[in-house]
Amino acid sequence: MIKKIVLMGNPNVGKSVVFSRLTGANVISSNYPGTTVDFSKGNMLLEGKKIEIIDAPGTYSLEPANKAEEVASNMIKDADMIINVVDSTNMERNLLLTLELLEKDIPVIIVLNLWDEARHLGISIDEKKLEKMLGVPVVPTVALTGEGIKELVSRLKEAKSPKKIKPTSEEGRWIEIGHIIKKVEKVEHRHHTLRDRISDLTIKPLTGLPIAIGIIFFAFWIVRLIGENLINYIFEPLFENIYRPIITNVGNLLGEGFFYNFLISQTYGEINFVESLGMLTTGIYVPIAMVLPYIIAFYFMLSLLEDTGYLPRLATLVDNIFHKLGMHGYGIIPVFLGLGCNVPGMLATRSLETRKQRLIATTLISISVPCLAQTSLVFAMFSDDKIKNSLEYPPIIYILMVFSTLILVYFIAGFILNKFIKGQSPEIFLEIPSYRIPHFKTLIKKTWMRIKWFTKDALPWMFFGVFIINILYSIGIIDFLAKIFKPIMTGLFALPGETSIVLISGFLRKDLAVGTLLSFKEGTFDPMQLVIIATMLTMFFPCIATFAVMIKELGLKDMIKAALIMISAATIVGIVLRLVLIGV
Amino acid sequence: MMNKKKTVLAHLPINKKAIITELHGGGHFNRRMCAVGLRKGQTVETISKQPFMGPLTIQVGKCKMTIGRGMAHKIYVEMI
Repeated sequence: MIKKIVLMGNPNVGKSVVFSRLTGANVISSNYPGTTVDFSKGNMLLEGKKIEIIDAPGTYSLEPANKAEEVASNMIKDADMIINVVDSTNMERNLLLTLELLEKDIPVIIVLNLWDEARHLGISIDEKKLEKMLGVPVVPTVALTGEGIKELVSRLKEAKSPKKIKPTSEEGRWIEIGHIIKKVEKVEHRHHTLRDRISDLTIKPLTGLPIAIGIIFFAFWIVRLIGENLINYIFEPLFENIYRPIITNVGNLLGEGFFYNFLISQTYGEINFVESLGMLTTGIYVPIAMVLPYIIAFYFMLSLLEDTGYLPRLATLVDNIFHKLGMHGYGIIPVFLGLGCNVPGMLATRSLETRKQRLIATTLISISVPCLAQTSLVFAMFSDDKIKNSLEYPPIIYILMVFSTLILVYFIAGFILNKFIKGQSPEIFLEIPSYRIPHFKTLIKKTWMRIKWFTKDALPWMFFGVFIINILYSIGIIDFLAKIFKPIMTGLFALPGETSIVLISGFLRKDLAVGTLLSFKEGTFDPMQLVIIATMLTMFFPCIATFAVMIKELGLKDMIKAALIMISAATIVGIVLRLVLIGV
Repeated sequence: MMNKKKTVLAHLPINKKAIITELHGGGHFNRRMCAVGLRKGQTVETISKQPFMGPLTIQVGKCKMTIGRGMAHKIYVEMI
């Protein structure tokens, strides 16, 4: 009886797309190797019976080279059947894993994915002959469009463990593969296409670097443009015109008192969506109206970059710099993901090969990569009415101070960590996928999934955070903490004692921290102090969700190291900024 | 006898093709390279080299990949 089917294949052959097609479950797939770092489970119905399908990370062989590949090779231990997804454009190399799988005593069915791409490249494969030679069913598919998936499902029951493939040596497998390729594959020579030319331009250093800088700036510009317009024309009007009257009525019904303070506002009759610190005001407005629009814009742009296949080229271009930081070029991919939310950023470090690389990559993300929740609030903070009046320069100057400090910290901290953390930093090995025009529906679906995850995660934490802050306020702990930490905050960083509350609420959520900051009365912080706080808020400690993932990824011992690095780095940078911006 | 055409992948000029003649890493390295498609007898072409001893981007068959300069020094090739 088949209960569990595992999808196996080389990296970036489209396993996750096949998985989504089979199960209807949503998983993130992209056009670069290493998108799936852990397995995902889903179910499908086959002749009325429920079967569990598992999507494993990509691996080149059953001899794993990194943590993600380890997950994959462990997967087959309790599989009842394997769907081996093969990249038709690269059959020869893919067949190594296929033969390794066929030597196991597990039924296998082979999917020749990217069939359209192979045809496009002038590769023709005789799948019938391949089927005969290997002794297992072979189904050509174009998973992105769904072509061939029906046939795959209908032939699942034909999967078998062929008797003719005998376990052999590495050498023996390659001879066998050469033999197979000669019989089933024909490659027509094609001339350089426009796509090849673009590919070359974006990876050669002379043209690639200017293009990379252009793409990154353009991407951020688009994110800001979409985000701002969503806020100004959709979210803000919705909240002001529809939500405010509702909340005002709810407030009137509640009347002055405990519940009003908790749910609506600290001060009766005065509703400020950002600063009131009510669960129904700040708790909803900040994540939905201030952060979500940027989340939508950011993930749309990120998904676009992912699906075109640009990111591995960027990783190639920055490889040199990242080696100075103890990683290799792939290290930039977790940074990009981390700019949305640090949690997926941390998970993406699994594609790095050694402990040293992963420790440096995760620590640097937690120190100097602000998540979008924080970034959008920092942007909002410097254009807040209460703060705007006290600014000497345009808001963007202060924002730039924060972000250029963080970028500088990323490099300096990485450079230092590389010197002190023992271990190896192996060289890069990264496949460069062909450019692909993103499949629009997949792109939208992926963006939507990420938005859903954000709201599912953000809303409860924000509620909880606002709740806690309210309790702390009402029992007077806030004032107490402010007093206790005043000597440290003022002594070291020339900041008011209230900063301690901002930093503490940052542990719950970074956007909550900025909301808390804005709730203090006008004039509590001057602009330079805000720059220092915004910077330290990123560096000082990750939010609780990121913290949990870090413990899981690094183990307790390395996590303690990472935490010490974070706190000392934040302290040093805080003092330096104080000396530079405020003076002794 | 040393042939002029024999070199390591790292020294192969850009846009030149060569055939892999030998892998000179340890057993683990050699197996890994084979698994990713860099095997004796395969034709490789260099697409780009990043400056300051940065990585190489090469093409094997229809597949492009970026590999470190050090790795490319362990792959012996013969220019076509």
